[in-house]
Amino acid sequence: MIDFNLVPLLPELFLAMAAMGLLIVGVAHGNSVTPVICWACAAALVVASFLLFGMSWEKQIVLNGMFVFDNFAGFMKLLIILGLITTLALSVKYLEQERISRFEYPVLIVLAGIGMMMMVSASNLLALYMGLELQSLSLYVLAAFNRNSLRSAEAGIKYFVLGALSSGMLLFGISLIYGFTGSIDFGVIRGALEGLEAIPFGVTFGLVFILAGLAFKISAVPFHMWTPDVYQGAPTCVTALFAIVPKVAAIGLLMRLLYEPFLPVHDQWMQIIYFVSLGSMVLGAFAAIAQANIKRLLAYSSIGNMGYALIGIVVGTPEGAGAVVLYILIYMVMTAGVFAIVLGMRRDGIAAEDISDLSGLSKTNPIQAYAMAIFMFSMSGIPPLAGFFGKLFIFQAAVSAEFYVLATLGIMTSVVAAYYYLKIIKVMFFDESIEAFDKDIPFARRVVLFVAVAFLLVFVIRPEAIVESAQNAAAVLFT
Amino acid sequence: MELLAVFPPLFGFLIAALFGKQIGDKGAQFVTCAGMIVAALAACSLFFTVILAGHPYTAVLSEWITSGDFNVSWALRIDQLSVVMMCVVNIVSACVHVYSVGYMGHDDHKARFMAYLSLFTFAMLMLVSADNLLQLFFGWEGVGLCSYLLIGFWNHKHSANAAAVKAFVVNRIGDFGLALGTMAAFVVFGSVEFDVMFEQAGAVAENTIEFFGFELHALTLICLLLFMGAMGKSAQLGLHTWLPDAMEGPTPVSALIHAATMVTAGVFLVARMSPVFEYAPDALMVVAVVGASTAFVAATIGMTQFDIKRVIAYSTMSQLGYMFFALGVSAYSAAIFHLMTHAFFKALLFLGAGSVIHAMSNEQDMRKMGGLYKKIPVTYALMWVGSLALAGIPPFAGYFSKDIVLEAAWADHTWFGNFAYWAGIAAAFMTAFYSWRLILMTFHGPPRAHQKVMKHIHESPAVMLAPLFVLATGAVLAGFIFYGGFVGGSHHGAESGHEEVAQEHHEEEGPHQETFVVTKDGVHKKEEAEGHRIAWDKESFWGESLFVKDENDTVDAAHGAPFWVKKMPLLVGLLGIGLGYLAYMFFTGIPVTVVRIFKPIHTLLFNKWFFDELYDRLFVKPAFKIGNVFWVKGDQNTIDRLGPDGIARKTLRTAGMLSRFQSGYVYQYALVMMIAVIGIVSWFVFRGGYG
Repeated sequence: MIDFNLVPLLPELFLAMAAMGLLIVGVAHGNSVTPVICWACAAALVVASFLLFGMSWEKQIVLNGMFVFDNFAGFMKLLIILGLITTLALSVKYLEQERISRFEYPVLIVLAGIGMMMMVSASNLLALYMGLELQSLSLYVLAAFNRNSLRSAEAGIKYFVLGALSSGMLLFGISLIYGFTGSIDFGVIRGALEGLEAIPFGVTFGLVFILAGLAFKISAVPFHMWTPDVYQGAPTCVTALFAIVPKVAAIGLLMRLLYEPFLPVHDQWMQIIYFVSLGSMVLGAFAAIAQANIKRLLAYSSIGNMGYALIGIVVGTPEGAGAVVLYILIYMVMTAGVFAIVLGMRRDGIAAEDISDLSGLSKTNPIQAYAMAIFMFSMSGIPPLAGFFGKLFIFQAAVSAEFYVLATLGIMTSVVAAYYYLKIIKVMFFDESIEAFDKDIPFARRVVLFVAVAFLLVFVIRPEAIVESAQNAAAVLFT
Repeated sequence: MELLAVFPPLFGFLIAALFGKQIGDKGAQFVTCAGMIVAALAACSLFFTVILAGHPYTAVLSEWITSGDFNVSWALRIDQLSVVMMCVVNIVSACVHVYSVGYMGHDDHKARFMAYLSLFTFAMLMLVSADNLLQLFFGWEGVGLCSYLLIGFWNHKHSANAAAVKAFVVNRIGDFGLALGTMAAFVVFGSVEFDVMFEQAGAVAENTIEFFGFELHALTLICLLLFMGAMGKSAQLGLHTWLPDAMEGPTPVSALIHAATMVTAGVFLVARMSPVFEYAPDALMVVAVVGASTAFVAATIGMTQFDIKRVIAYSTMSQLGYMFFALGVSAYSAAIFHLMTHAFFKALLFLGAGSVIHAMSNEQDMRKMGGLYKKIPVTYALMWVGSLALAGIPPFAGYFSKDIVLEAAWADHTWFGNFAYWAGIAAAFMTAFYSWRLILMTFHGPPRAHQKVMKHIHESPAVMLAPLFVLATGAVLAGFIFYGGFVGGSHHGAESGHEEVAQEHHEEEGPHQETFVVTKDGVHKKEEAEGHRIAWDKESFWGESLFVKDENDTVDAAHGAPFWVKKMPLLVGLLGIGLGYLAYMFFTGIPVTVVRIFKPIHTLLFNKWFFDELYDRLFVKPAFKIGNVFWVKGDQNTIDRLGPDGIARKTLRTAGMLSRFQSGYVYQYALVMMIAVIGIVSWFVFRGGYG
């Protein structure tokens, strides 16, 4: 029977067509219309989110088991769309300032977005791979988008080469799984694994390779090596994109993969993720201390944060999964806010990227300094800001599932990490002030800044509203 | 009404402290003074409703702590004892507030000073109106804090800071005892509320409690621990060393805190706990002995000091000793009576001394004064009033209260009662002597100050003198007006014997007297043919607030003391004054000769019996030495080196290493990834379990 129900794919289909159409508009009018296309892409994403809301969020599997849509996919897609819109809003002005305002940029972002949405909806290893590659190819190009800059080109190449390597590992792993279970369909794989008395070594082997490929995407230790270089080399707005959105998609994909088809081999993958999580937390905390460049610092910070999110996955309970979704959401908001500040670090039209460039910001631009201070406090997990709750729920889940070592180490590394977050605050508030940054902050960036600060501050008043929807979304994976 | 008596100082403090800059110095002074005057009037009105009408009550403000079977509420216990204390505290505090407006006129931080004064008053009111030991402890610590802040008010002076720290640390020792006593009381009574404790006191009188492995009489232990707190706060011998140093604070502070109110908190505590102390005779004995020794020792030191404020400080300490031995012989009402009169005349003396210091451009050494009486006649006259009251000359207030205290000690007929009586008599002699030494050295004789200083001498402004007059009125009248109510009157058990005694006193007090017969249901004024006579009844004046076992009632017994016992204090007081005149007015060579002959004794007294040196040798230096060992060897070299500093260094080194790892070469990155994959796979292989 051929299942050709395309209704659950409406947002993706719409975005794909919009991307093509806007590409044609861009080709016809040249780079002068880039801002228009940017906002048009943002509008298309808004429409896609309306389409998402309009659909039934009941679980449905279409296209012969290739594509699944459920509460979890819906929630993650909303987060992705939100992240993409934020990135676009942050980018427009920056592209102009850096003279790289080309119309391909927004279109590539939308295409990457389609890939990400496919990733969280994949119900088949090949669908997974296809989504992943669509995303990755767009991101490779974006990393090298400032092609006049040596660093940007280098970042693109590095990302591409290593990304290709990780894709190869992923495919190798997929072929092994196919060989041992006889299928690439999530449901069938699960059935096959549940039927096995002892887990064959080939399955574990395949699992290792698949997870290695995916760990690369979320830049988890020891597959993280590309992250600092690419974060630093890519144009800052692309770095913002890297930090905010692909992580959401990759974590969503990882959760679906591990909780649905591979739940029977929980013992195996738990050890891998455990190790990867631990490594990410430790490296993220320690290596960041030595950084002077704020983009590199944020790269290590994102590595560390992925480590915390992975704790929730290791736990393997609905509680833990809900905590991961919540953590990713809060992480996204904080990162967006931080990048809104970092993108504004310009003196006389030249981007400043060092932590020392923030010296005395509290005197030259107190509003930005206080906003940044709130982000940093939230990142280091200080109550009553939202970042505290993100960590709290993760550690709670870990403790209630008796992963004491992981929880303890998580708390210890977050103490170390607090050092460099607080150091930024110290630089802003207590160091001699230097020349002020350029004042022209575009409206869109102000909005992002305001929303992020408001979210972090207000979260404490009614946390249950968001916590519950995150829990509900994650709970679907366990039914 | 009770809220009006307690909370205005708090509001004054909040406004002056938080908005001191906005409302300015004038505003802060006005707010705090107005608050205090309102509170003082409210306290006086409570005096009528609670004491004269005999309606004590407790006003619960809110729940405070509810934890298991430990319940404490925040309540104002408005009974006779606390109302007397509130009146004293509020009236003296109001006087000092107003006085401070003038005295601190040249200071830069007037608002802060007024705020501290008000905060202190509030804490003191919390202390006296406490309904349980915990709230009392809160007020206790509050006054301690304010005392610290005010002693060190001139924080640019090193000596002031040192004195503040010393006061705080020495008081901590006492506070530790108070805290332990509170806990012990909770263990024994199952509650720290006064009502519960007082009800059970008789029932648990035989109980014992284990303390550091010793089986001790429970109530004695509680009382001694509480008394330890009282010793610290009230500067009793052993824990007294902070009080003279506390004179580094501004003079109004000395008057309010270190003479009239805070230092009497210990006396109040023991009186408040009288229903418990009554069942712990051994503790009472200790109280009496410590009090009597303090009275004597402080008086001996007072004779040799030259700093005008220190002389008065030692006299305060000595008078506190009187109050304590009165407590020790169960004469609680006499102790509170002396507390009340003492508050007036001692505050008067301090503020008068402040007026002198103010006039002398901040000179405190009596050797550099002299010949002032013509230049500041009002202050001179007021100092006379205060000194007469202190020396116990009729009809001034001190005469009545000191006499009843000494008579009660004698009437106790125990060895420590006799000891207290004779120590008190000796102290009374010395008190009179050093009071006149102070007056004569300060006001008479040739001027010894620098010419420039002498030229500047001027009488204090009205804002400083007016409070002095209020206090002087108290110092003159408080004694005979309140004698009947506080300690006199007839006792139902032995009416006939004491009636005459009361009469006798009243005759001395002159014709203008009223008679109140106070009964439980109201006040009836009874007018008699020859005018108004006071014959209040001690029993109904105090109601249930003080408790004395019938066989211990020394105050009643005191009225029947022999004639020589009663007249002895007055006699030695007059002798002391006479000797003062001889030594410092007529034959000024005497002091030098005496000092030369009794060199060792004088050295001992002049150096305050070497308490400070002893403590320094025994406690302070070893503590510093031990602290140094812990600091350098324990903290810096061990904990810091292995702990925070060491970890921080390690962290930085790790960070540097990790970032060097990031070489930038793609092939190395790929290698790391491959090694990782191989490593993970190997892990699974070596863990085994695969066929």
